[in-house]
Amino acid sequence: MSVLLSAQDLWLAFGGVKAADGINLDVLEREFLAIIGPNGAGKTTFINMSTGYLRPQAGSITYRGRQVLGMKPRDIVRMGIARSFQLPQLFTEHTVLENAALAVAAREGVFSIFRPLLRPAFREEAEDLLNRFGLMPNAHQRADALNEGTRKLADIAMAVAMRPQLLLMDEPTSGVAAADKMAVVETLARVLRDAGVTAVFVEHDMDVVARIADRVAVWGQGRIAALGPPEQVLSDPVVQREVIGIRPGEAPHAAA
Amino acid sequence: MLAWLSDNGLLLGLAVLDGLASAASIFMVAVGLNLVFGVMRILNVAHGSLYAIGAYSAASLTLFLTSRGLPGWLCYPALVIAAALVGAILGPLIERVLLKRVQNQEPVLQLLVTFALFMILEDVQKLIWGVQPVSNDTPMRLLGTVDVPFGTDVIPYTAYQLYVLPGVALLTLVGLAWFMRRTLAGRVIVAVTTDREAATSQGIDAAKVTMLTFTFGAALAALGGALASPMTSMVPGVGASTIVLSFAVVATAGLGQIEGAAIAAVMIGLGRSIAVYLEPELEVVVPYLIMVLVLLVRPQGLFGVTETRRI
Amino acid sequence: MTGRLEILAAILGAALLVLLAWAVPWLRFVLTIALAKGITVLGILLLLRAGQVSFGHAMYVAIAAYAVAFVAPQMREALLLLPMAALVSALAGLIIGLFVMRYREIFFGMLNLALSMVFYSLLEKLYTITHGTDGIRLPMPTFLGVELTGASYDWAVFTLALVLAVGFAIFIRIYLAAPLGQALAGIKTREARLEFMGVPARYVLLSAYVLSALMAGCGGSLVALTSRHVTPALAYWTASGELVFIAILGGAGSVLGAFLGAVVYELTRVYAAANLADAWQLILGLVLLLVILFAPGGLVGMARGLLGRRKVA
Repeated sequence: MSVLLSAQDLWLAFGGVKAADGINLDVLEREFLAIIGPNGAGKTTFINMSTGYLRPQAGSITYRGRQVLGMKPRDIVRMGIARSFQLPQLFTEHTVLENAALAVAAREGVFSIFRPLLRPAFREEAEDLLNRFGLMPNAHQRADALNEGTRKLADIAMAVAMRPQLLLMDEPTSGVAAADKMAVVETLARVLRDAGVTAVFVEHDMDVVARIADRVAVWGQGRIAALGPPEQVLSDPVVQREVIGIRPGEAPHAAA
Repeated sequence: MLAWLSDNGLLLGLAVLDGLASAASIFMVAVGLNLVFGVMRILNVAHGSLYAIGAYSAASLTLFLTSRGLPGWLCYPALVIAAALVGAILGPLIERVLLKRVQNQEPVLQLLVTFALFMILEDVQKLIWGVQPVSNDTPMRLLGTVDVPFGTDVIPYTAYQLYVLPGVALLTLVGLAWFMRRTLAGRVIVAVTTDREAATSQGIDAAKVTMLTFTFGAALAALGGALASPMTSMVPGVGASTIVLSFAVVATAGLGQIEGAAIAAVMIGLGRSIAVYLEPELEVVVPYLIMVLVLLVRPQGLFGVTETRRI
Repeated sequence: MTGRLEILAAILGAALLVLLAWAVPWLRFVLTIALAKGITVLGILLLLRAGQVSFGHAMYVAIAAYAVAFVAPQMREALLLLPMAALVSALAGLIIGLFVMRYREIFFGMLNLALSMVFYSLLEKLYTITHGTDGIRLPMPTFLGVELTGASYDWAVFTLALVLAVGFAIFIRIYLAAPLGQALAGIKTREARLEFMGVPARYVLLSAYVLSALMAGCGGSLVALTSRHVTPALAYWTASGELVFIAILGGAGSVLGAFLGAVVYELTRVYAAANLADAWQLILGLVLLLVILFAPGGLVGMARGLLGRRKVA
């Protein structure tokens, strides 16, 4: 498999806290790569650096061989890298359908003045998108009236509307009710596989990681502590103790 | 250059003295604006009107005292008392009746509310003090003039503008810096400024802190006006020009900076007074020119820090 | 349904204005000014849609009005003067906009106020160019080369104002429903998201800002053509405050509200301002507070409320 995104020797510190202390990481085409690790380890920072929101003090990030660092978020998304957010970034005074349609319109070029946002072409695509995410029942609700889990999905749907080749997701399942979680994850994985999207996602729920990740990267204090297939990484005793927080000898949820 | 200096040196010296005096009064207003913004995240557009009302009240009180034949020195405490009264009456009134209601509303609504207040207070001045210029130079006359040595020449300059005004401003600056860093009350204000929620969860009564800080900020603006009142005659419109001028100071320094505001006030005060002597038509433009130039290079102001929002 | 109701209301409103202007001749002047302000307020609405308020938009009214006054002695054709002056305003909006676009909310509002105050002072102080507070009187403009006088001139300017008002109202309705207008509303709630969707938020706002300057320019040209006398007062902060007041009074976010607000405001002012000159700002401020706190939908919101209640009953 070819390398889609490649980070080399990334270095970034906030005051004394090292968010990236010599990170080297390749994201392979069409894989689902999970990033796990304790809070404050720099996982979100990696997404922020890859999408132009933060700039590392040293290192490089290339996408299909092109340097990403120094580019604006809006230019990076036009290259094919989209992202979703830990705190959903929805247009709170718009409906879910309008949010999705705005994302579609943004991809097609927003500076069209003479036809309404909800023109047939945009409306159909937005509805199709919401359908795929199971969000049609919420289509006409205002975004600030949704529950946390639905907001999260709508947020990801807007990123998918950009038709990215690479999607970076920051804790896609946090806030989703435990009972719905696996169904949501299955839906998400299916939509992304159908669209042929490569996905990197920061995740705290090891069941989710075990279910959909092809590879897992363990982030610890600005470094990648372990990298490999989930069955291997999640059964590593050091990872179990330091990251997942279970005692040796106890079976991880994933194996159950 | 040297020839020009020897021709215009005296004028330049006078300009510097004028600039420092006007910097002192504008600093008092700007620092109040900053304090209030800090705890409320609201920029009070009516802050300039408090300056104007402070100036008018001080003039009225002084004129009243002198008309009763009371000793002249009483005019100095009168300036301070007038400012304190304006702050103590209008501060809590504005904060409780108006700003508290919009504390959690959209920023644009907060701006609109203080703008409406500004419209109201500008006319309140006209209704109380009329549209004819009001002036009161007793505090300035009593102190007489001082000869300021300047090269081989001396500039006779009023002691009031030379000592009292910059003295009070300096005292405010040092006192405020000490208060914020060294006293419990100051630390409490800083805590509410940095993180209102965290401060509240620590048992701080944020609403009370906000009210008191707003009142204090209002009193500072009124004091700025009261101290400036002996130097000029007050006319309608002073509030409007004061709010934009103090905004220019705050923007140049960076929102929320106290010491920075002092430096920016001096820059802008000097720029303006030098323009008065060189090119009087441009007097009004220079402060904003300084602000725009600074903002073009540093959008967050000279001493401001950019905040990265968490997403 | 609401759309059709609005079109009906607009047609009725326009017809009523024409009727008023015909029945009460001296109201023609007042209504022309009201339409000019309504057009300007449309620009304020665009900015409010993006969560921004400008306390200095009277500057763009004044820029266009002075442009008309400067050019009129050389070229008196009204139908050329107006677009020329509106473009000058739009150009000024572009230059200033490139600077103020870096800021939102407090700074956006206050920078606009500060710049307008500078412009006002320059108009007042550069006497040799602007004649200071005396202002400049305009020669009688022509329409399509025809010299008009008295009532026929007033009708011509009134008609021009009405045509522009209707044209801009329709355009802004379409604009607000289009992706660009919706993205503008997105600036208010989630500007960061726009950037991550590949949309240059700053240019979305800039385009609205330039458009608002253009409309303020049309308004200013109409004011100059109607009153044929321009003074620095056009740019004073009270004039900017008036525009914000009308926008909120009519109902922020409503195109019809801009004109309803402007007409109600101007008619009231004709009767009240002379008697209450010293307290006029005070009254405006109080009403503004009352509308913001107790009737955020403005006049249009109240009208909707009344209509809705009747339907239920």
